[in-house]
Parts: sequence; structure tokens; C-alpha cells
Amino acid sequence: MSSTLILDAAAIQRALTRIAHEIAERNAAGDDVVLIGIQRGGVHLARRLGASLRQILGHPVPTADLDVSMHRDDLDNQVAPAIHPTVIPFHVTGKTVVLVDDVLFRGRTTRAALDALNDFGRPRRVQLAVLIDRGHRELPIKADFVGKNVPTSLKERINVSLREDGGVDEVRLEKL
Amino acid sequence: MSWNRKHLLDIESLTADEITTVLDTARAFKAVGERAIKKVPALRGKTVVNLFVEPSTRTRISFELAAQRLTADVINFTAEASSLKKGETLKDTARNLEALNADFIIIRHSASGAPHFLSRFLKASVINAGDGAHEHPTQALLDVFTIRELKGRVAGLNVTILGDILYSRVARSNIWALLKLGAKVTLCGPATLVPRVFEEMGCRVTHQVEEAIAEADIINLLRIQHERQRKTMFPSIGEYTNLFGLTQARFNRTKPDVLVMHPGPINRGVEIDSELADCPRSVILQQVTNGLAVRMAVLFLLNGGKGPQELAT
Repeated sequence: MSSTLILDAAAIQRALTRIAHEIAERNAAGDDVVLIGIQRGGVHLARRLGASLRQILGHPVPTADLDVSMHRDDLDNQVAPAIHPTVIPFHVTGKTVVLVDDVLFRGRTTRAALDALNDFGRPRRVQLAVLIDRGHRELPIKADFVGKNVPTSLKERINVSLREDGGVDEVRLEKL
Repeated sequence: MSWNRKHLLDIESLTADEITTVLDTARAFKAVGERAIKKVPALRGKTVVNLFVEPSTRTRISFELAAQRLTADVINFTAEASSLKKGETLKDTARNLEALNADFIIIRHSASGAPHFLSRFLKASVINAGDGAHEHPTQALLDVFTIRELKGRVAGLNVTILGDILYSRVARSNIWALLKLGAKVTLCGPATLVPRVFEEMGCRVTHQVEEAIAEADIINLLRIQHERQRKTMFPSIGEYTNLFGLTQARFNRTKPDVLVMHPGPINRGVEIDSELADCPRSVILQQVTNGLAVRMAVLFLLNGGKGPQELAT
């Protein structure tokens, strides 16, 4: 198995800072932006984006964790997935929700996230921020904010490692 | 995280890791029950049959609501209103239910081993909701879930199970689950209902109630199973209460942070003083809430594992 470095720690930091600025730019002041990280990959990224946005906007931006296991469309085809906590400590109705994930691939997770989010209320609008967009969408889903577009083949895998999980910050493309 | 089972038939054959997987999954489903919208689509399009050949209200309702909160369709089947009364065998009844494309059959039966029997020929997942005096796995899972939730752990705790152990499937399932998770289990009750043979499972057996509960972190009370006792195993209810009932006087000499559990239905004034059943140390109603979450977790886990990944195992 060969592995290519796509983003190192500094490049991840730059990408997240740029996304934070784009989120601030896209949404007018008073739009009530909240960040919801999708378990597991998006949770740490949402926290980091929240910290950046706080500096840019000058006020705290609420963040939350969303697990989509119960809303997946492939539960019949695999061993039951481990469920991670969903913690949304605010009302989503009327808010501008930015869903955050590490990798956008087939779009199935995002669809499940939209469904799961629906159980918590009716956001004013939902946007999608991802660190990596690797293509191969199977659903009409598109990211609003992308750290890096990485064209991939289906035989490749994107591996995002983050320091919050005890590793180093890096994104690698692995050929299986 | 590991779960590759198609059926939940007993606790005895589960590993500690599998039990922990159920408890961790149940924690997520408990959170679902606290939301405004308490329903998720995980079992959309699936059919769950409650096949209750022996009476039950709380377990059947709990399974029914668990299935509904997972968006499954539920059929309730009770022995009184069925062809079992007309002489149909359990096997034929189950096969007929499967012919309706049931995905899960939840069975309660007075005969030990009935769920295992069904699992040998049904394509549906079989869940044991209590078989005779053998096992009641989801009750044990909800009990250890409640203990872990309130005490932060199970390992190392002193758990005393007090009452009719011999005829209790709740006791057997609890003993297996508690020992696998590292708790120290003490059994207490009349000698006729708590024979020394349980020491072979790894439990401490005593017939002296004050001693049994003095160091307990958990007291799990069991009802006298009159319906299962072929002859009277103790002289009278009054004597049972005198010798083994959890009275206020006895409770006063337990640890200040002891938790009182009971799988229900409670016989107030027999195994427990009525006021104690409602005291702050009693977690009986929390057990009911947790039972729903645990049963959702069991259905969710059994629903997986039918795809290609199962072929590898």
C-alpha cells in the first residue's frame, strides 16, 4: 500500500482558516451561524472552525456533535456501526447550520446528517463545509466550503488524521 | 465495538465486550428518548413480532415501543388470543409469523430453551424476552446499564440479589452479566429458593439478609415467582417478609449510597416496604426508562450483521 501526503499540519490550518473566513463572508452578521460536526471526522474540525470564527466575528459560535448512524441508508448491508454521542446544546430552528465533515465522498453521510438534523428542528438554512472533497457523488449533494479538492479513484482511500485523536495533523491518499 | 450475532438468546454465551457494546449503544438510544422527536428510521420497513406465550405487560410494551421508535412495524401476539389455544405447535406458529416476512421474533415462553429452539429453524432474528426459569437477557442488560450509569462502573461493585433465585430467569441473566463485567455477586433468600449450587457459578450464597446487604452497593430485589413454584417453598408470605423483606429497619443499616433495584412487578409489603420502593435510593422507574433504550440497542445491533461482512465471520 502506497501513501501520499495531501495536506500537512500547516496546510490543514490554512485550509480551515480560509473556510472560516468564507463562512463569515457568506453569512451576514446576525445570521446566527452554528457549527455541527458529523461524528467522527467532523467533530474536531467543527471545534477548530468555531475557534477561528470566534476570532473573526468577535463572538462565540456554538458548536455541536451529530452522529448519523441511526439515519444511514446502508444499515442492512453491514455490521451495526458504533454510535457516537449526539450533543446539540442549542435549538437549531431558525439558525444557519454549517455541517462539518472531514471527507465528502458519495454524499450518503451528508444525506443521513440532513435527515438526523431534521429531528432537532428546522434550520433557516444548512451549508456544508468539508476538509477534502474526493468526488464520486451518488446523490445531488455539493459542499459550500471545501479545504481541498482531491481527484481520486475508487481504489484509493483518504485518511485524515487529527491531533485531537492523538496523532499528527495530516491528510494522506492511500492506494489500496 | 463488536457485534456479529443474529439472535439474542441468553447472557451466558455473550462476552464482556459484547455486553459493553450493547450498553454503549443503549446510551445513544437513551439520548434519542430525551429529544422532542423520539423516533429514528434505523429499522424502517422491518417487521417485529412480539410472540408472548406467557403473560407480560412491561417487557412487551417496552419492546413494542422500542421497535416503534426505530420505525419498525410491530405485531403483538398473545397466547390467549391465538391458535396456540387451538393446539397449534410453537414451531408452526413461529413459521406462520415468518411467512408474513417478520424480521424479528421476540419470544416469551414458559419453557426454558424455547427461543433457542426457534432460532434453529427461523430466518428471522430471535430475541429471548424470558424463557421459563432460564434467562431474561434484556432485563439483565438494562440492570447493568442502570448500575453503570449511576455508579460509573460495574467491576468491583457488591451486588446482592435478594429473593427467589431458584425460579428466577432475571437472577440467572443478572448473575452472568454481573460476573462477566467483574462485579461481586451475593445471593440471599430462603435456603429452598437459594441453594448452595449457585456457588458453582461464582456467587456468594448466604441466608442471612442483614449480612447480605450490609456491604452492598446494589440490592436487586426479586419477586416470589408463585406461578413457577410447584409446591410451597417457604411457610408463609408473612414469614418471608419477616426474614427476607427489605424493611426500613434493615435498610437503615445499609451503605448510604446503596441503590435499590427491582425488575417489577413489585409486591409492595412483601419483598420491600412500600415507602422504600418510592425512596430516592430506589431506581426502579429508571430501570424501566433504561429498558426501552437497551431494547432499542438490541434491535439495532441485531439488525446489522446480515450483509456481506457477516460472511467473513
